[in-house]
Amino acid sequence: MQRPIDFETIMRTRRGFLTSSASGLGMIGLGSLLAQDGVIARSTAEATAHPSVTHPLAPRSGHFPPRAKSCIFIFMLGAPSQVDLFDPKPKLNELDGQPLPESMTKNVRFAFIQKETATLMGTPRRFAKHGDCGMDFSELLPHLAGCADEVLMARSLHTDEFNHDTGELMMQCGVARFGLPTMGAWTTYGLGSVSQNLPGYVVLSGGGAIPRADLTQSGFLPSIHAGTHFLSTGDPVLNLSSPPGLTRQLQRKGLDALRTANQWQYRRQHDPEIASRIANYELAFRMQMAAPELMDLSQETTSTIEAYGMNRPEHPDTTVSGKHGNTMRSFARNCLLARRLVERGVRFVNILYGSWDHHEDLEKNLPYMSRVVDQPIAALIQDLKQRGLLDETMVVWGSEFGRTPLGENRPNFSKVTGRDHHPLAFTMLFAGGGMQGGKTYGTTDEIGWNIVDGPVHVNDLHATMLHCFGLDHMRLTHRFQGRDFRLTDVGGIVVDDWLS
Amino acid sequence: MLQPVISSFVIILGLVLVPRAAESSSSHWAYQTLDAGSVPDVREQAWCRNLVDRFVLARLEQAGIEPSPTAERYKLIRRLYYDLIGLPPAIEEVDQFAGDTAPGAYQRLVDRLLASPHFGERWGRHWLDKARYADTNGYSNDEVRPEMWRYRDWVIQELNRDLPFDQFSIEQIAGDLLPDANDRQRLATAFHRQTPTNTESGVNQEGLRMVKVMDRVETLGTVWLGLTLSCARCHAHKYDQISQQEYYQLLAFFNNCDEADITLRPDEGSQEEVAMQLVAQRTADPRTTYRLHRGDFLQPTEVAEPGVLAVLPSLDRRNPEQPADRLDLSRWLVGPAQRLTARVAANQIWLHLFGRGLVHSASDFGVRGDLPTHPRLLDWLAKELIEGSWSRKSLIRTIVNSATYRQDSSYRPELAARDGQNKLLHRQRRIRVEAEIVRDLHLAVGGLLSLKPGGPSVFSPLPENVLAELNSKRFEWKVAEGEDRYRRGIYIFYKRRVPYPSLVAFDCPGAMTANVRREISNTPLQALALLNDQVFVAASRGLAIRLLTEGPADDAGRLTRALRLCVARPPRVEEVDLFGQLLQSARDYFREAPADAESLCVNSPPGSIPADEAAAWIVTVQMIMNLDEFITRE
Repeated sequence: MQRPIDFETIMRTRRGFLTSSASGLGMIGLGSLLAQDGVIARSTAEATAHPSVTHPLAPRSGHFPPRAKSCIFIFMLGAPSQVDLFDPKPKLNELDGQPLPESMTKNVRFAFIQKETATLMGTPRRFAKHGDCGMDFSELLPHLAGCADEVLMARSLHTDEFNHDTGELMMQCGVARFGLPTMGAWTTYGLGSVSQNLPGYVVLSGGGAIPRADLTQSGFLPSIHAGTHFLSTGDPVLNLSSPPGLTRQLQRKGLDALRTANQWQYRRQHDPEIASRIANYELAFRMQMAAPELMDLSQETTSTIEAYGMNRPEHPDTTVSGKHGNTMRSFARNCLLARRLVERGVRFVNILYGSWDHHEDLEKNLPYMSRVVDQPIAALIQDLKQRGLLDETMVVWGSEFGRTPLGENRPNFSKVTGRDHHPLAFTMLFAGGGMQGGKTYGTTDEIGWNIVDGPVHVNDLHATMLHCFGLDHMRLTHRFQGRDFRLTDVGGIVVDDWLS
Repeated sequence: MLQPVISSFVIILGLVLVPRAAESSSSHWAYQTLDAGSVPDVREQAWCRNLVDRFVLARLEQAGIEPSPTAERYKLIRRLYYDLIGLPPAIEEVDQFAGDTAPGAYQRLVDRLLASPHFGERWGRHWLDKARYADTNGYSNDEVRPEMWRYRDWVIQELNRDLPFDQFSIEQIAGDLLPDANDRQRLATAFHRQTPTNTESGVNQEGLRMVKVMDRVETLGTVWLGLTLSCARCHAHKYDQISQQEYYQLLAFFNNCDEADITLRPDEGSQEEVAMQLVAQRTADPRTTYRLHRGDFLQPTEVAEPGVLAVLPSLDRRNPEQPADRLDLSRWLVGPAQRLTARVAANQIWLHLFGRGLVHSASDFGVRGDLPTHPRLLDWLAKELIEGSWSRKSLIRTIVNSATYRQDSSYRPELAARDGQNKLLHRQRRIRVEAEIVRDLHLAVGGLLSLKPGGPSVFSPLPENVLAELNSKRFEWKVAEGEDRYRRGIYIFYKRRVPYPSLVAFDCPGAMTANVRREISNTPLQALALLNDQVFVAASRGLAIRLLTEGPADDAGRLTRALRLCVARPPRVEEVDLFGQLLQSARDYFREAPADAESLCVNSPPGSIPADEAAAWIVTVQMIMNLDEFITRE
């Protein structure tokens, strides 16, 4: 049992001095530069003479044999309440309405809570043990509870950030700073992508707005590694459809002429970029076929469609949070699309859904949003398992932080009905991809305030995820502005206990 | 108990790791005074057009490599147009230049382009990357900054006027502190207001203020000093001998530089008054700056007085009675003692003309940055910049007039092993042009580009499904009507949360931090954009109609014209044949599919042009406009 860890300690111990990563010097990057591209080899015979002619998304091996080949990271933006979903605290219910000792809030920053008058808030949710392993789930997640034996539940995550924008950046990029690549970008940078007809890193959002660019960016990595946002209506990939009236046969003829002319230019100039451009037009042409095929769910059986809950009735109340049109359907569809994407060899899928930022009306909003996500995620895990894909696909439920066991007493609130941001302890779930199912990891104190056992920083989380992909987080580096950057900044310890 | 122990450990370790003594820091090349040495001798003096070439040729001769021949004139004119104004030359201009055998034809072309009002648009965009310019706040709320375009116009206008770089720098960093500062000089300080801002509720305001002040310090480091300062926020910079204390000494210059909305007249000739987001010096109750333990604003330690990096020459104050201020800092940056700035600025200009800086890591001149490939040339250029009264046009003129710049850009496979990266400059480089220029070129050739200068940022067309997910109660992308649909790329509204997609596809930076060197990627999404994005398709339609309504009336003549509009040079016979065959196939197809022809034309083609004929031309010119050569500066 480790000693309780508080906010101050987290802040203090996180950043060591820069350790020399000179041994790492972007070896992966170099590997990608030297990789051969089959696409080009087929298109232009001359290009093969140039070892520097590459496709940066060509699949390649990591530092050691991987457990996971693909990741589906379901990012619950806004931060769901762990004490109402995953981490039962009978003592919290007992102390409902009581203030927290000052020693516990002393160095803690809140977004809104007034420390002087804040009191603990119990949960009305009933918890039960599930699966052979006896994992706790609240009544709000009955389907996920049914996957308990596949799931690793980690209750001891902590982060440095307590505001959404910066917390989300931290979860995606490892540091709350602009201009850095997201973990999806790092993954395709390290490993390329098996699919040569679809982007390597795809972002699906829950029918709402386009995600902010900095949550899907490639930062200082080449833009090919940025997440491609699949729009929920129209062309999933921007500019996929040819202009009306231009048939595929005619476009092929046009592209043949273009290829020929570009090849002539290549013969004159010998610039590998020309060969690369030729290959990219061919890839674009194939994407125009592959993406509609991907989005076409008519090939799925009725039982699959039903299992994911595509046709569940939508909530009549439009004021409920996390609802953008028919969200029951759009979230289910995104989960099903995620399976289809990894089936086709896409490396990293990011499903964004929110907002779980329940400062108030937890009672109304949490059950709705839980219902939106519960069945589709459970179906995704089961579906992957049935198809033999779960072993190599890591499914993750994550958020930028958790929510306070204290009720939120913002000055202008008439009642305490929600919870504030809580970076000190929150819960994440994992299934497949080398993570150990049926295991609950880490412990928080009796009220869920601090971690008392097995703290896992966001950098540790990323180190462990990369490890499952056969990537050493210390060696997956990129030199930028004189420094070798990595996803895990200056931290990161692989959590061996998570691995199966 | 633990914390004081760790703190003192940090300090001790800091002392050990970072000897503050001059000897270790002064040996790094970039911190030295400029090399006043002589220009090297070369054997092939006849090749040299100016002194730039002597430095380059000396290295090539040393390596036993011949420079590449001068590029043919068609390439040269296109290169100059792309580099200096970012627009394609008209066929008549190409022919006039190709036929002008009088001495000085090239120089006259250069002078004409440097005097063009489009020069400021081309080079202004380079600067806006460094300034992290955008029309919105960033983060998830991303509110509009309705007047910020005036700063963008300031940059364009001052580049056109060739405001000396020292003055250009001083006004942006400290225009408000200049004696008798005028409104234009105050406007320049909007540079500091480009910092993204988070209006999410619950954000600690002092914490956010500190994040923004840090951004200003680090931007100054990247843009003017070529140094990465951000590491020193939290700990001593391990490699560049920058202590954490020094970081906060620099920060002290900005700690009383407050955000303010100031009413001024942005245009000299106009009486119009506007409230601009600028900065103002806090005079009442000035803040004391402290070194922040681990960069945390809640953990101040010792006081940090305004001061510059110890590895660089010291700063002179205007008033020795007062602490140094932002104006002192800006004058020091471009002053006679400190020459790193001139090196960094000269390297940035070189980078835009050769696709690679003499220091490849253009944002890092520190110990871990790349060494200059031609250190003496870099110093010579820095001196030229200073002695030429910091005129950027003058330095650009010198560089583009050199034989080095005029070389052909073809790869030389026989040199792959010896100089594969062309560090020795044995040839020019082929560079896929920047996002905005890709779009400008297409629209210009399609006859759609509006050359209207300046004014509020424009909402160019976006796909319906993007609009559907972008528009909300708080923000509407109201697609422009008329010529504002097709203005130059620099004028497109920059929304940080969702930057314009076809610009992003071609590596337009995110505007969250200073960018001194864009990525040049090559992706299938670029191919999809050029083939299918409505703006690029409109440009193809535009060119097809141009060909069918003006100029030669025969297929070969029209195809030749299309190719020349895109790549300037007269096409080869096989190229005309190739696209002629495509044209014929398309004609055959559309004759049988009139509905498709109508769809592709969108609106009926003008006059008596049959839709099937117009459609066949659209398909054909679209492929010509997709040639790699068209969007590549060769």
